[in-house]
Amino acid sequence: MFASIAQRILQGLFVMFCMTLIVFAGMHAIGDPVDMLISPQATQAERARLIAEFGFDKPLWVQYGRFLWGLVHLDLGTSYIFNQPALQVIVQRLPATLELAVLATLISVVVGVPLGLYAGLRPHSALSRLIMGGSILGFSLPTFWIGMMMIMLFSVKLGWLPSGGRGETLRALGVEWSFLTVDGLRHLLLPAVNLALFNMSLILRLTRAGVAEVMPMDYVRLARAKGLSNGRVIFVHVLKNVLIPVVTVVGLEFGSVIAFSVVTETIYSWPGMGKLIIDSINLLDRPIIVAYLMIIVLLFITINLVVDIIYTLLDPRVRFGARGKS
Amino acid sequence: MSDTTPAVTSAATSVPAAEGARPSRELLQAFLASPSAVIGLVLLGICVVAAVFAPWIVPQNPYDLIQLDILDGQLPPGSVSAAGGYTYLLGTDDQGRDMFSAIVYGLRISLGVGVISALCAAVIGASLGLFAAYRGGRTEGAIMRLVDLQLSFPTILMALMILALLGKGVGNVVLALILAEWATFARAARGAGLVETRKEYIEASAVLGLPSWRILLRHLLPNCIPPLIVIATVQVARAISLEATLSFLGVGVPVTEPSLGLLISSGFQFMFSGLYWMSFYPGLALLLIIVAINLVGDRLRDILNPRRDA
Repeated sequence: MFASIAQRILQGLFVMFCMTLIVFAGMHAIGDPVDMLISPQATQAERARLIAEFGFDKPLWVQYGRFLWGLVHLDLGTSYIFNQPALQVIVQRLPATLELAVLATLISVVVGVPLGLYAGLRPHSALSRLIMGGSILGFSLPTFWIGMMMIMLFSVKLGWLPSGGRGETLRALGVEWSFLTVDGLRHLLLPAVNLALFNMSLILRLTRAGVAEVMPMDYVRLARAKGLSNGRVIFVHVLKNVLIPVVTVVGLEFGSVIAFSVVTETIYSWPGMGKLIIDSINLLDRPIIVAYLMIIVLLFITINLVVDIIYTLLDPRVRFGARGKS
Repeated sequence: MSDTTPAVTSAATSVPAAEGARPSRELLQAFLASPSAVIGLVLLGICVVAAVFAPWIVPQNPYDLIQLDILDGQLPPGSVSAAGGYTYLLGTDDQGRDMFSAIVYGLRISLGVGVISALCAAVIGASLGLFAAYRGGRTEGAIMRLVDLQLSFPTILMALMILALLGKGVGNVVLALILAEWATFARAARGAGLVETRKEYIEASAVLGLPSWRILLRHLLPNCIPPLIVIATVQVARAISLEATLSFLGVGVPVTEPSLGLLISSGFQFMFSGLYWMSFYPGLALLLIIVAINLVGDRLRDILNPRRDA
């Protein structure tokens, strides 16, 4: 097992390395990196000094070496817009994104599992059909569209919830958090629900499929024959097996939630990493773009690795390399 | 679109004719038996016709600035233009552009981008997937490792990465969508290909000494088409939705060629002042087309699924 974990870490490092090549090639293929890394407002003398400093007069492989060297030392250049190290700008916005992503994941599980359980136990009831129909919409409609409709309904028409921003924040552990204040929670609710909808549909369908598969099994019938209460059979015996794929999906999809927060954050003006990357693309703030790409790849490799390890621990039958979903 | 009858199989390889494919008329009847699928197909048909014949349907060319009257800006749906020419069915935007015309033109770009990128992704993905299934061994390992890697990143992130590096533009969006979606096709094609490769007719064609490309294209591919059609349908919807998302974020198509997503995005800022129609109606059009394609795709999956016969 440790050998296979080590193998996966090596694999992750290899992917990371490929990504640096792609980003580096991308920066060079799409025009002059001088224009990308040096602010257009720079004077001629400043420009010449910076070219020498960044080493653009050196051969490509030397430049790539410098890029990697900077990466290893967590130096990803300086943002032109914020005039701060790119990495620092992104890390400052990480808590806002994490807060949103964690709450969205919580909502999707807390709502998705019970609804899926209900739809699985009563597959023919009208409510179940409604739930399943709704989940198809949750799957296929673009996140930004639903987000926009939610703003239109809850903020503009009804005026119940604010349409953007983080609201009042409270400082804890050296970071500002929205979920600690009532106003912050009100600001958090719409974006979190919006971000949760896709995964909610996914978890709901997984749970329903799991329940339908497990219910006719012998061990469930035995549990019933033993005279256990209905509640105990469902919540202890059935749910335990149904939740294994749900846990995997929650883990794997956490990366997706962070990716889709780009959309939600832009709609709700949530000042997180996602909104930052969109703003940076529009303002051509290349150091931020490069830094964001590197961080997001690292994040994804880490998430996939952690999910793999947890999965192995949860279900000893699963061995590395034999995963169903990748 | 594609003929699913096994006409492609040559006599020498003697493929069992009944397997997998049934006469197209029976398939058509099965398709039409579902009311929701028919509704989807009709909606889709209307959208396609509107997109193709856009210049003859709409009252104004929304991107010919001469035809726009700034005095007609921000009119609610049903208003009559100042010059008295025609009624703005769905209102106007801030520059006096007829929303209905803009939506039909936007539909054109959204559908075009979605269909082209899904088709290209299908061709690339299916070729790689079938090749992997047929070759096996290291080739398969390498291709599938790449597919796994690609699928471990959400499509929106892949597309965003590419557009962040390449910049916006219709061509770049299509490229980003292809790169984000080919892996889905490759995985499905390999799955279908693996099942077919084990069958006797492939073995027979290999024994006959047919060249690999011929076996792949003329024998393996036609028999793997049904699952690929289903995926292609759904992927067109996903491509349209992804393109709309990217354009909404402002990193997709340029302002000169606005798709539905960009129209929604431009109207979004006016929503807070109650001018809902500028983003609501393009949004509705987007919703209609995505739901329509999904309805058709769902039905196709049901009738093309070989397990249904079992």
